[in-house]
Amino acid sequence: MLEDKFKTENIDETVRWQDLTPGLQIYESGSSRLFNTGEWRVNTPVVDFEKCKQCLLCVPYCPDSSIPVKDGKRLDFDYDHCKGCGICVGVCPFHAITMKEGK
Amino acid sequence: MRDLIEIRWHGRGGQGAKTAALLLADVAFNIGKNVQGFPEYGPERMGAPITAYNRISDNAIRVHSNIYDPDFVAVVDETLLHTVDVTKGLSEDGGILINTEKSKEEIIPLLNGYKGKVYTIDARKISEEALGKYFPNMPMLAAMVKITEVMDEERFISEMKASLEHKFAKKPEVLEGNMKALKAALEQVQ
Amino acid sequence: MAIKERMSGNEAVAYAIKQINPDVMPAFPITPSTELPQFVSNYIANGEIDTEFIPVESEHSSMSAAIGASAAGARTLTATSSCGLAYMWEVLYVAASDRLPIALALVNRGLTGPLNINCEHSDSMGARDSGWIQIYAENNQEAYDNFVMAYRIAEHKDVMLPIMACMDGFITSHAVENITLLEDDLVKNFVGEYHPEHYLLNKDEVMALGPYAVSNYCMEAKRAQAQAMMNAKQVILDVAKEFEEMSGRKYGLFEEYRLEDADYAVVAIGSACGTAKDAIDRLREKGVKAGLLKVRVFRPFPGKEMAEALANCKAIAIMDRCESYSANGGPLSAELGAALFKNKNQAEVLNIVYGLSGRDMTVEDFEKIYEDLADVAVNGVKEDSYRYVGVRE
Repeated sequence: MLEDKFKTENIDETVRWQDLTPGLQIYESGSSRLFNTGEWRVNTPVVDFEKCKQCLLCVPYCPDSSIPVKDGKRLDFDYDHCKGCGICVGVCPFHAITMKEGK
Repeated sequence: MRDLIEIRWHGRGGQGAKTAALLLADVAFNIGKNVQGFPEYGPERMGAPITAYNRISDNAIRVHSNIYDPDFVAVVDETLLHTVDVTKGLSEDGGILINTEKSKEEIIPLLNGYKGKVYTIDARKISEEALGKYFPNMPMLAAMVKITEVMDEERFISEMKASLEHKFAKKPEVLEGNMKALKAALEQVQ
Repeated sequence: MAIKERMSGNEAVAYAIKQINPDVMPAFPITPSTELPQFVSNYIANGEIDTEFIPVESEHSSMSAAIGASAAGARTLTATSSCGLAYMWEVLYVAASDRLPIALALVNRGLTGPLNINCEHSDSMGARDSGWIQIYAENNQEAYDNFVMAYRIAEHKDVMLPIMACMDGFITSHAVENITLLEDDLVKNFVGEYHPEHYLLNKDEVMALGPYAVSNYCMEAKRAQAQAMMNAKQVILDVAKEFEEMSGRKYGLFEEYRLEDADYAVVAIGSACGTAKDAIDRLREKGVKAGLLKVRVFRPFPGKEMAEALANCKAIAIMDRCESYSANGGPLSAELGAALFKNKNQAEVLNIVYGLSGRDMTVEDFEKIYEDLADVAVNGVKEDSYRYVGVRE
């Protein structure tokens, strides 16, 4: 059993060296989800589902896996993790995504 | 045998001086001695002069330097006498063994005035007669055992037989030739 | 009981490898360690062990493959020398910081240049700060014993660091000497099976290894790695004690030879120490109080312990079989010098560079060093303490 102190959810920048894993190894999957990179966002992409044809081209282009897909259709952005890079805006063939200023 | 015997081998790359030194270490080990057998390494070059060494003792051997004042020297290739100072540091209580078809009288003047014992052996003739090829190792090994007196001849022959039987289990004809070369060398070294 | 044999250092380490039967060996040949992958390949071909041998195209690859194999959960080793180790440099640090207990059989050879294949410690000394444990051997017996102990040290839960078991190129690796081997089952039981706590091929636990670490975490990781190296000291001693119970052969962090009442001490590493012992015996017969401290473990560095063992010496020669081009002496000189200062030792110290590129070191050379020590003990170090022995000048 993994010691509680080694669980990613219990590790932050206040943890002493004695309580980190050897070599900073991580014994869980998907722990990057715990880090809200969405906080870095300066400009925010917004999708207009009336224009969106569900071609899903934006999905693989998103560097932060912040465009969730369910049953073959994209959902709204995962704003906890979207950094607002705007790549999706550039690749959308239907101009369905626009950037708005701010979060 | 003395407390510690130090031997230096001179040969040319590819002639088996190193192998002879390792074989001597092997047989001495087999009779319970402490041994060292090591070559002086450089880039391997066929025909270039090479040196190998043996230490044989009843006590543990700790020293790890080359040998500068050997008790005995073996010269596998007599042409080295013109280019290498083979008697350098050699103890006059010891001796030098040279593989040559020449007589002692012809060889002694080439030894820079060395006053110790000089032994010769025609390892080429022995090897070619016994093995049909020129492998100076075995005759040189036998001759060194004899002159250094590290063990008695009978023991040496029986140890070598056991070791070669193991090594050449599938080539009995090689075993026979080698044993013949060893015995001939023990008789012919002078 | 014990098996009396005669073997070269390379044969002896290969024999230990055979008895341990590790899981994976990626290796690239380089003189004078080439025989190691060669012997292991033969064992595998003969069906004597089931180690997976990975032929690679370079040493950077052999260490990278070793890292992969070890991370996957396999007991892993490789072997190299000289430039081969230098070519591993980048990934040596990765193996250590990822806390992978890989064993490396290092056959010491100088780094180029000038190009040379003979013994020198510049290869391992260059890698001294890479986070690897380093243990050195005086002869084939110690090379064998050290390798038998290596995994027990590296894989200990308080350590989990890679280990470099070093022996002198040619002088030890290629010289046939007497040796006492341990029975296969003794070695097997002593080393035991490797059951890592975390490993990539564990189907019951996902794992990520070697993550990018921002400054907020990276220093903590290094502090923890430093602690593992400190912990290694006690583990090395504990493993040595257990080894002694099995074999009767005693090991510590270093060996003291006639040091207890010595006025003059030589501190050295590797095969030259045997030669020094012969010199000491000769000098002792003449009434000279000469002694030796042979460094076995260089990483972790037992500075305080060595300084204490040298506390009563009047003069000490710290001998490096490598240059560090610091214009001040070699690495052992630097580190032991600092330890002597911290411990307030009062001895005069000579920083001697010797044996570069296979230059022979004789009993007489050591006798001369003890003569110099007797001189500086009385008259102080008049010229520079940083000196060469065995060079034409």
